[in-house]
Amino acid sequence: MTEMETLQQDLLKQVENASNLAELDAVRVSVLGKKGIITEKMKTLGSMQPEERKVAGQQFNLLKEAVANAIESKKQSLEDAEINARLAKEAVDITLPVRPETQGRIHPLYQTYDEVIAIFGQMGFELAEGPDIEDDFHNFTALNTPKNHPARQMQDTFYLQAEENGERFIVRTQTSAVQIRTMEEKKPPIRIIVPGRTYRCDYDATHAPMFHQVEGLVVDTVTNMAHLKGCLIEFVKTFFELDKVPVRFRPSFFPFTEPSAEMDIGCSRQNGELKIGEGNDWLEILGCGMVHPNVLKACNIDPEVYQGFAFGIGLDRLAMLKYAIPDLRTFFESDLRWMKHYGFVPLDIPSVGAGLSMTGGNKR
Amino acid sequence: MKFTLSWLKDYLDTNATVEELSERLTAIGLEIEEIIDPLAAISNLKVVSVDECVAHPNSDHLHILKVNTGKEVLQIVCGAPNARVGMKGILARVGDYIPSFGQKLEKGKIRGVESNGMMCAEDELGVGPDHTGIIECPADAVVGASITTIYPSDPVFDVSITPNRGDCMSVYGIARDLAAAGVGTLKPLYDASKPLVNTTFKSAIVLKNEALEIGAPYFTLREIKNVKNCPAPKWMQDRLTAIGLRPISALVDVTNYFNITFGRPLHVFDADKVKGTITVRSAKEGEKLLALDGKEYTLSDGMVVIADDNGAESIAGIMGGEVSGCSDDTTRVLLESAYFTSEAIAKTGQKLFLTSDSRQRFERGIDPHATIEMYGSNMAAKMIVDLCGGEVSEIIVTGAEPENAPAINFDPKRVLKLCGVDVDKATCADLLKKIGCEVVDQGETLKVTRPTWRSDITGTHDLVEEILRLYGYDKLPEIPMSRPNGVHGILQPKQRREAAVRRAMANRGAYQTITWSFMSSKDAELFRTAEPVLIANPISADLNEMRPSVVPNLVNAARSNITKGMMNGSIFEVGPQFFGFHPKEQETVACLMRFGNETDRHWAESVRAYDVFDAKADALAVIDAAEGPSSVQIAREAPSWYHPGRSGAIKIGKTVLAYFGELHPKVLKAMDVKTNVCVCEVFLDRLPMPKKKAGKGMKVLKMSAFTPIMRDFAFISPINVDVEKFIGAIKNVDKQLITDVSVFDVYVGEKLGEDKKSIALQVTLQPMEKTMTDDEIESISRRIIGAVQAATGASLRA
Repeated sequence: MTEMETLQQDLLKQVENASNLAELDAVRVSVLGKKGIITEKMKTLGSMQPEERKVAGQQFNLLKEAVANAIESKKQSLEDAEINARLAKEAVDITLPVRPETQGRIHPLYQTYDEVIAIFGQMGFELAEGPDIEDDFHNFTALNTPKNHPARQMQDTFYLQAEENGERFIVRTQTSAVQIRTMEEKKPPIRIIVPGRTYRCDYDATHAPMFHQVEGLVVDTVTNMAHLKGCLIEFVKTFFELDKVPVRFRPSFFPFTEPSAEMDIGCSRQNGELKIGEGNDWLEILGCGMVHPNVLKACNIDPEVYQGFAFGIGLDRLAMLKYAIPDLRTFFESDLRWMKHYGFVPLDIPSVGAGLSMTGGNKR
Repeated sequence: MKFTLSWLKDYLDTNATVEELSERLTAIGLEIEEIIDPLAAISNLKVVSVDECVAHPNSDHLHILKVNTGKEVLQIVCGAPNARVGMKGILARVGDYIPSFGQKLEKGKIRGVESNGMMCAEDELGVGPDHTGIIECPADAVVGASITTIYPSDPVFDVSITPNRGDCMSVYGIARDLAAAGVGTLKPLYDASKPLVNTTFKSAIVLKNEALEIGAPYFTLREIKNVKNCPAPKWMQDRLTAIGLRPISALVDVTNYFNITFGRPLHVFDADKVKGTITVRSAKEGEKLLALDGKEYTLSDGMVVIADDNGAESIAGIMGGEVSGCSDDTTRVLLESAYFTSEAIAKTGQKLFLTSDSRQRFERGIDPHATIEMYGSNMAAKMIVDLCGGEVSEIIVTGAEPENAPAINFDPKRVLKLCGVDVDKATCADLLKKIGCEVVDQGETLKVTRPTWRSDITGTHDLVEEILRLYGYDKLPEIPMSRPNGVHGILQPKQRREAAVRRAMANRGAYQTITWSFMSSKDAELFRTAEPVLIANPISADLNEMRPSVVPNLVNAARSNITKGMMNGSIFEVGPQFFGFHPKEQETVACLMRFGNETDRHWAESVRAYDVFDAKADALAVIDAAEGPSSVQIAREAPSWYHPGRSGAIKIGKTVLAYFGELHPKVLKAMDVKTNVCVCEVFLDRLPMPKKKAGKGMKVLKMSAFTPIMRDFAFISPINVDVEKFIGAIKNVDKQLITDVSVFDVYVGEKLGEDKKSIALQVTLQPMEKTMTDDEIESISRRIIGAVQAATGASLRA
């Protein structure tokens, strides 16, 4: 073994033996530093003969390169070891629960409300609203329900205490009152839906003293009962997100429409479970009809020229049916567990284009 | 409206099954609520014959029978005294449903002898009252035949009649409508070739009608003497019982039977209990009457009564009086058959809060022509005589049958125009004739006169409905709605804002709730700033006032959750609150309430109770979501239900946009809530609408190329100076350069002295043109300190 070979072996060993970055750096200085072994050797080249210098220079450079490479690779491995040791120390129990976040909820009734608006919206219906406290004219008389009309007994009305002049206002029994307010304010063509709170003096498992309706009204010169049927069938299909829903129209009576109808949708009831869209049973979901000429007259609209339809849907009932919520009363009980379970996450915004509802899973 | 199948078939000749009838009734607008068939559950029980009957070895009254079902012979143990060889009875086998048991029959051994079923008694099956022994079928009963061959099935129909169909408030009316719809044919009421009754005398009763103009245009009486009141025949009692009416006596039951069968209300007075002249007149104000329901009614002027010299004896068309009612001893009666107007009856009934089968029919309109003729007085008198004997007087008539409405000039093309279905003129005429209209073809149009029993038909639209009803709603085509041109939002700005607010509040972690628009005055008075809006007929005493605020409902919701063990929560409601009795005296409030702690205990977080700053953040977030003003004032003012030191108002000018804060401990105590509650109320209708912009393009964003510089300042100031003053003073120093001022420490403590606080702020300087020099930074820092000192009296903390 030549002298150079021995030296190289010795230096590489020193590098290998360095146990941390500081020791390695000390080796580097002692070998490659200003006064390092190799540096010193390089200095001797100047005093050599050209032939000798050529050979020695080559040898020194090879030696330097070998040692420098060794130092670099040793450094890498020492650094890796150091960071690995630190990371090992930093390890945590990743099974610990995450920091708490609260995710709010939209009430199922309002989710339904937004769905209904989305559906009728793309059919060109605009949203209208009216006051909860109403006068007799808008809630009854103009809707072809004069005083002493037996139809007034169909609804148990809440009355406010009478004023000093004897006038007595009511809490509206139906959103239909907004039909009148709308027709008083604007001329046909009219195409509106009216969602809102409604009130009746009735309270049991299927009736709440306050509930929600969506009223629809179309008045123009051409819309007839076949359009009504088309409109509502499209609505139920879109709302229940089914390609086919069996539908039945039955004659019925409402003072403010004629002809009047009730609409049933096909369903099955088996083992206490209700399925919409299949089976041999019928489920009543809304009342509708052609606007009664007396209603148009009450709003100074000529029934010989204008005609149209109206419908009224119970929003609470729609929500119960679609989302299988068993008891109406629970809607109004503000129980946090109920709201969390039946409520919708705020970013689940209904859209006809995107698909009306998400799957309803994965709520936190 | 309830009736039985056999009752219907008295008037309708049809072979339709119960299912077909049910479907057709619903299809013509007479909606079936329910069909109750008491025999449906036991129709599989069979007639058997008893082939053998021996005494049970271990009993002194039981027998062991061998009964023949026609297919096999079974051993049955039976305790009935009438069990004997050769009789035919009804057998329930193991597994058959027994109504009186409410369950299926199980196999068993009776005193050691196996029994494979049970011989049934009437009461066990609900087919009759008898419980003295087992059913004895007639000798010619067929062994193996269903029990329904012995007890024919007579299901009860319950039909919902809409208020316009007074004509269908009767079995006969329903039969008539079914016949019109092509389900069978209507049978004649009676043999028209013979007189119904022979009138044998002229009554001495004097009748005066002073109410011709106020609701009794047509009123008749007739006397029937020498009657003998008795129980009604079994068939009539069975029918009345089947629909839930209690049989009383033949004289009373006849009136009820006519009411249900023909929709013809009648009244029968005991002629020996009325005194002097019978007068149909208006009640006198305050006049009292003990009615047949046992209650005393105080009448008022305008109500029609039938009176004698003693005063009012009956409330016309609604209910008779106790005093002149029939009893078992009645021998002479006055039969009243009248036409009262629906307006008069409705008004009186509503005023008295008194309803009856009779009122329901008059109110919806009865057939005035059937007062004497058809199913009127003559037919009723015949039934009374048939059941109770007696002699019938000539009829005493006051007033006259009201004229039918004039004919309608009907254009059949209206059907296509209104319904989108083309029904030709001939079909229209045919369908209208079927419901009893008189129809004259006038070429283009039809002249249509309604039948006297259809007072609801007043115009073209009614005829269109009748035609469509009989033609079939199922034949209506389905036409999609035309789509409007162009795309546009359907929400008004106000509605869009509410929708955004709801989602924003849920996004802040709160659960949306919906609470009643009314509440108890007891709760409301803690939150009221105006006169209470009280409900005259509340559903219960704790829901008697239109809510002046949403807060109390949410407090109650919080309490109810806490009671159930949910100690922390955030809930919100967006809805109306009321400040007056009139329409539109309401406003929409977005109310968010948080109670308890932000989180439960957690390994990585400390527990923090909700406080006024949560409420303030919520209020500001709601205003932002509603695109309300970005620059608002925070004022130290809030209503009485807030903690005075931990609440405030958000305002622009004098308008309060929102209140926020922690609730007053007194309010929480009064409402029995034992945790901290903070709430914000944002009055959405008061937020100014954002200005309309020409396009949707946004303002150009200017981003500086230079690094922002942060400088910290700490001041000591008097304790009562608001931090807002510090921030305002700093921002005013250079509105371009100073882009943010944040508060990172507030300290109050002994070291500073009681009336002092320390405030530390970080100011962000954002140069736009060039990097700032040290001198420039030094200069602006000095100006900041100077401005704060001038505005607040604070000094820089050493």
